[in-house]
Amino acid sequence: MKITKDEVLHVANLARLTLSDKELEVMTGQLDTILSYVNKLEELDTGTVEPTTHVLSITNAFREDRVTDSLSREESLANAPLHNGESFKVPKII
Amino acid sequence: MKPFELTIAQAMDDMAAGELSAVELTESCLSRIDEIDEKLQAFITVDGDAALSRAAEADGERRDGRAGALCGIPFSIKDLLSTKGVRTTCGSKILENYIPPYDATVVANIRKEGGVILGKVAMDEFAMGSTSETCAFGVVQNPNRKGYVAGGSSGGSAASVASFECPASLGSDTGGSIRQPASLCGIVGMKPTYGRVSRFGLTAFASSLDQVGPLARSVTDCAALLKVISGYDRRDSTSVNRDVPDFSLSLKKGLAGVRVGVPEEYFKQGLDAEVERVVRNGLEVLKGGGAELVAISLPHTEYCVASYYLISSSEASSNLARYDGVVYGYRDDRAESLIEMYKETRSKGFGDEVKRRILIGTYALSSGYYDAYYKKASQVRTLILDDFKKAFEKCDILVSPVIPTPAWKMGENDNDPLAMYLSDILTISANLAGIPGMSVPGGVTREGLPVGIQIQGDHFGEEKLIRAAYHLEQELNLGPLSLDI
Repeated sequence: MKITKDEVLHVANLARLTLSDKELEVMTGQLDTILSYVNKLEELDTGTVEPTTHVLSITNAFREDRVTDSLSREESLANAPLHNGESFKVPKII
Repeated sequence: MKPFELTIAQAMDDMAAGELSAVELTESCLSRIDEIDEKLQAFITVDGDAALSRAAEADGERRDGRAGALCGIPFSIKDLLSTKGVRTTCGSKILENYIPPYDATVVANIRKEGGVILGKVAMDEFAMGSTSETCAFGVVQNPNRKGYVAGGSSGGSAASVASFECPASLGSDTGGSIRQPASLCGIVGMKPTYGRVSRFGLTAFASSLDQVGPLARSVTDCAALLKVISGYDRRDSTSVNRDVPDFSLSLKKGLAGVRVGVPEEYFKQGLDAEVERVVRNGLEVLKGGGAELVAISLPHTEYCVASYYLISSSEASSNLARYDGVVYGYRDDRAESLIEMYKETRSKGFGDEVKRRILIGTYALSSGYYDAYYKKASQVRTLILDDFKKAFEKCDILVSPVIPTPAWKMGENDNDPLAMYLSDILTISANLAGIPGMSVPGGVTREGLPVGIQIQGDHFGEEKLIRAAYHLEQELNLGPLSLDI
């Protein structure tokens, strides 16, 4: 096994997802199959190979620090599930 | 010919000659949608009234001599590109009611040139899938065969164009999501070079791989649309500041002296015999046009699926962290604590495939596994990129199949995600390497299912792709597909 149910539950918690018992069963099996497959990469010796995170070598895309148009408060709040006209509202944190 | 059957170039000619108005063309497309879309299910949202009023404006612009490059041309837009004031769902329940307050840059460019947006089209949820079956709002059919997949993730874009609901569409391609549905539906689709087109307003799936591109019924239309959407955008710092050529000038340049690489790894076991026949025929046609065929090896091809699914899922797990029920989108409001609200919102809002990829990505990035998975995959990405660099020393373009098979029946890979991932093997290397790729119709199987031919090129080599694609289109002269809606 590449991954256990406990590990899937741990990762789900990190990703802020909950899984039912049945979902956990199915998902663990599928993730195990996928992770076993991607282990194929171990066949390659990549000891001295630099990783690629971006294909084009653009570095530090600077721009002038100028104020430009931005969304109004009304537009920013328009899609919020809950707000008070000034802020986004969420359940109690503390 | 009915107006909805016209290509962009034909409609532009007719409108310039005063034989057709933008309003008539838009009405024709809207009634086509009305007639077939209940069965086809390409559209998630149709914005008919706005389309008709924009079309009336476009007619005015033409009368005043201010016609843009796409004046009065109707489009469908994949439902992950932001459209101001028009619902943009990403095919997900979590964004079911999301209305963007701004346009994606590519959408704004189309509007500026007079384009008429008919509505938003179906896709796999957050572009994660190869069939559009993970869409939360119905599954789009392949217009060529009832009960068959249209491909994905830009399945709605490809189906709406192939079925004559509109002449062209914008999709996005993270691992083949433009080229593969274009191939399965029998139309032209292109993933431009990474950085050629702005991603501002494109909902992020895997930011280092995503690219917006055109789908159309002719290479000429594809070239025209590519020009309109290309170019540097200060709102996307990964867009590249370089001149945008007039791609239309490349169409008729011919193939004299063009070296066409044939990557042997793309013709290996698992390739459907009918697909191979169509692609080999395409290679002969290119040779007949003066191109030289060169055998090429891309030795790390067999590792691209593993590398891709680790990198794309890792980036997705980070990008999709924003869907937490706070600023926009669905919220489960029964939860009493903040963490519980996040968890319930995400668990109810996301579908299974999205959850699967978030879990893979979170795992690959988590403490203790980062080096073994994400870093390793990024190193293999370098090897794949190097394969292409070496290949383009020996050839100008690479020609191959797009996907190893023609379209298949809906539901076939429901319980086997890995089998589905493996079907992407011929398209995802282009995303890992950031190179442009295109699918152009090559013919049909004995059963009448469309098969595309893939053309890939070096960074910013779109003009060469267009030259080869146009030659194939003209010489193959396939004629209209027989639709089955």
